[in-house]
Amino acid sequence: MKQSLPTDIVLSAENLTKKFGSFTAVDSISFEVRKGEIFGFLGANGAGKTTAMRMLTGLSNASSGKGTVAGYDINTQSEQIKKTIGYMSQKFALYDDLKVWENIRLFAGIYGVPAKEIAPRTDRLLRQLDFEKERNTLVKSLPLGWKQKLAFSVAIFHEPSIVFLDEPTGGVDPAARRTFWEMIYQAADRGITVFVTTHYMDEAEYCNRVSIMVDGKIEALDTPGNLKKQFNAQSMDEVFHQLARKSTRKAD
Amino acid sequence: MKQFLVFIRKEYYHISRDTWTMVILLLLPIVMLVLFGFMMSTEVKNTKFAIYDPSRDVATQGITNKLAMSTYFSFSGYLDSPDQIEKVFRSGDIGLVVVFGERMYESMMHTGDAQLQLVADGSDPNTASTLTMYATSMIVQYQQELTGDLKIPYRITPEVKFLYNPTLKGSYNFVPGVMGMILMLICAMMTSVSIAREKELGTMEVLLVSPMRPVQIILSKVVPYFFISVINLATILLVSVFVLGMPINGSLCLLIFLSLLFIFVSLALGLLISSAVDKQMVALLVSALVLILPVMMLSGMMFPIENMPAVLRWLSELIPAKWYMIAIKKIMIQGLGFSSVIKEVAVLSAMALLLITASIKRFKYRLE
Repeated sequence: MKQSLPTDIVLSAENLTKKFGSFTAVDSISFEVRKGEIFGFLGANGAGKTTAMRMLTGLSNASSGKGTVAGYDINTQSEQIKKTIGYMSQKFALYDDLKVWENIRLFAGIYGVPAKEIAPRTDRLLRQLDFEKERNTLVKSLPLGWKQKLAFSVAIFHEPSIVFLDEPTGGVDPAARRTFWEMIYQAADRGITVFVTTHYMDEAEYCNRVSIMVDGKIEALDTPGNLKKQFNAQSMDEVFHQLARKSTRKAD
Repeated sequence: MKQFLVFIRKEYYHISRDTWTMVILLLLPIVMLVLFGFMMSTEVKNTKFAIYDPSRDVATQGITNKLAMSTYFSFSGYLDSPDQIEKVFRSGDIGLVVVFGERMYESMMHTGDAQLQLVADGSDPNTASTLTMYATSMIVQYQQELTGDLKIPYRITPEVKFLYNPTLKGSYNFVPGVMGMILMLICAMMTSVSIAREKELGTMEVLLVSPMRPVQIILSKVVPYFFISVINLATILLVSVFVLGMPINGSLCLLIFLSLLFIFVSLALGLLISSAVDKQMVALLVSALVLILPVMMLSGMMFPIENMPAVLRWLSELIPAKWYMIAIKKIMIQGLGFSSVIKEVAVLSAMALLLITASIKRFKYRLE
């Protein structure tokens, strides 16, 4: 990790801290994410995952510490950061009453994709997803798994350098989760860094590296294989439970 | 700017695909105006009256005829004794009872102490006072006719004239009120619900992470609803003028300018509400509760502000609809120009500025 070129680093955090009054939600976390990596950001509810993610995506200011995303400082350049990242929330927040292509065009427009490119790229995307028939379907009549695939495609439509996925597979059946992770791999192959939070420990195994947050601190950070060795565990699930047991904070 | 247009188009899709909301938004003003138009009328028409008349002479006959001939009253019958007065009121269809004294004509012409009593149903004070006022003026009129040729030098009879609204049409008072209420309600409710919906569905989060600035998100919510409000304004004005017979004596441009200003205030108020709530249902309730009640009670639409206790009078100053109503009454009915509504324009502008600043500030604050 130390040997990698600095330009290779897409996201970094250095002693990043967020305090709400006397409560320290995120306690001095430091880590780096490299280009094209799938980085799993794990933690129980209330461990501070969401708060950390909000700081990295420019939704909230850090109390102290530094961070960069795509080379921009999170404390001073959040407007530039917003243009270079993609984001998908746990609610697959597309607009239900908009058609598939209208959703794509809306977010492409918001992220400033040149107007000329939107149409050909939309065609290509729909072909890849095998969605051509659904072009004019309202999103609300799509099955959940399809919505989720579409939401992910929309989140990376503008070719962000990094995409943040906040529990993207909640409520989706295992088969759909599998195909979803195939999409994530494809995106990573194209050089899009993936920063993903999840509850499912089997998904953690798919990540290149995983960090586990407990009570606002990063307690473990390594490849899933190394973590299992380190904690002498059979699965990531076991690793997670060994760490989560240390928690003194109540989930909110 | 391009982002902005893309986003406005999205709002247009939302509105146009929600057929029911669309129908309600466009029809509600008309329905409300017509309902209020016929319900809230304080005009008196064909109220039934009864007579207790122990004298039965020329004078009582004359007065009875005069009342019965007018469009305000219609004669229902004679009572046999004063005991029946309460009974006829209880039966409910009588609005006024006229009780004559004995030997009316004689006492009128000679002793000058003729007595007459008007009994009205006080459980509805507004109507009761209107009824007695009309009846009194007709009785005075009769007396004048009767004694007209005698030219009694010391009698002063005031001739009451209602300026700007000579026939005392109720619509002159309630149309401005309903206009204020509808615009406030629809504008504020629409914006607050639409923003609350984005929060509820989680799309707001995605927008906030996107390069769109909060100000852009807010303003692009306002623009489409502004257009709908303008359509509403047009229908309201058309219905008021052509169905309810409301005049526009002053400048139409000035009236439109003031209405647009008021629409802007209402939209800003809606934004402020939506920055405080996260659920569509709550947004709906809050706008209905916070907006309708005070607007109805404190804007002067139903109850005259001058008669309120000081605290309420002071409170009413904070109601944008009150200033709007005062101004459009001046323009529509009195036909006054810009110089006479400067104060109202200033107050509404200040409110707009204050509300929009507050909601943008609050909106940013909530991102923290």
